[in-house]
Amino acid sequence: MTAMCDVAFLLLTFFMLATKFKPPEPVVVSTPKSISDITVPHGDIVLLLTVDAKGRIYVAMDDRPTRQSVIEMVNSDKDLKLTKEEMNTFVADASEGIPFSALKAYLDATPDQQKVDEVNAPGIPADTAVLAPNNELAEWIKAARTTNGKIRICIKADGAASYPSVQKIIKTLEGYKIFKFNLITDLKGIPVGTAAYDDAHKSDAKK
Amino acid sequence: MAEMDTSGGGHKKGPGVKKGKKLSTRIDLTPMVDLGFLLITFFMYTTTLAKPKTMEINMPYKDPNDKVEPNKIKESVALTVLLSKNHRVYYYEGMASDPTKPPDLKATTFAAKNGIRDEIIAKKKMVDDMKRAGTLTAKDEMTVLIKPDTTSSYGDMVNMLDEMNINDIKVYAIIDITDVDQNFIKETEVANGVK
Repeated sequence: MTAMCDVAFLLLTFFMLATKFKPPEPVVVSTPKSISDITVPHGDIVLLLTVDAKGRIYVAMDDRPTRQSVIEMVNSDKDLKLTKEEMNTFVADASEGIPFSALKAYLDATPDQQKVDEVNAPGIPADTAVLAPNNELAEWIKAARTTNGKIRICIKADGAASYPSVQKIIKTLEGYKIFKFNLITDLKGIPVGTAAYDDAHKSDAKK
Repeated sequence: MAEMDTSGGGHKKGPGVKKGKKLSTRIDLTPMVDLGFLLITFFMYTTTLAKPKTMEINMPYKDPNDKVEPNKIKESVALTVLLSKNHRVYYYEGMASDPTKPPDLKATTFAAKNGIRDEIIAKKKMVDDMKRAGTLTAKDEMTVLIKPDTTSSYGDMVNMLDEMNINDIKVYAIIDITDVDQNFIKETEVANGVK
């Protein structure tokens, strides 16, 4: 009994330490399903673009130094006149869906107010042309890419989001010559009797 | 297991000394262990299930300064799929590159039976047969052109890309829908009485 208890608590400690909780998400997104079972690249090198069912775009980066550098770059490029404290608020925040024009006011607000703002946020404005003046998404991507050249772009969009809203992101990425990116999906089973099913079972038989 | 010897070393007490009632110092650990296992179960589930999966996608290389874009794909290997509203799927053989011969647009769904998958499999078989017969060279691959229209949803696009993986289609591309294709959809909708 004692030995089993010891093992149980050892396991408990291990899982508790090994678990990394998901950062709070501004919006609930139910991703479409696919048979692809590639895991998402490591969190630190991911620029996550979330698109909710209404087509609002949010940007998120896990790595704090990257966020710091990105906000500094955006601040100077777009002349947002953010103070040091406001930038620190941004660094501590998980994701952003506020246009540049409202960013300063948002970062000044209290944490409770920020949560409300985040939910009501209009999303990052985007356009199919990279150089369009209202394509703020392009600015974020540029800043993230300049900070970390190896950054991987993951699009986590709701299955109900309209295609044009995702198309804006794809076109913007293409404008920066980013042709390879990841779409985050849920796993589903491979339908029986298809080429992929045969393939998966052939490799099983080999083992 | 968690008990202590509290019998007091065994020295004898005098006759006038009242014996204190001995309380058991055994603690019942069962609830704690239960809780421990409950937490283990919780953490085990959250660690493995929270990992989302991803689909890697390579868009065709495009350079706005590069005007050379020859249409290398043969009509006979191409299948054009149009995605429209309410998860509706339209498809036709070829690429409709010849305006004098409008393609035969057919409507279908993402259903597992008699859906777009069966069409893809049939087309793939056709291309393979043509390869064997020598009408096509070994280099020719079946190509699927995916054209989501403005009313389609992102989920449909992912579904379609997934079909490519499911049916092992090596060459496919997401292309902007043309006005011609938009008209095809409209005509078919009118013909079928779809609003």
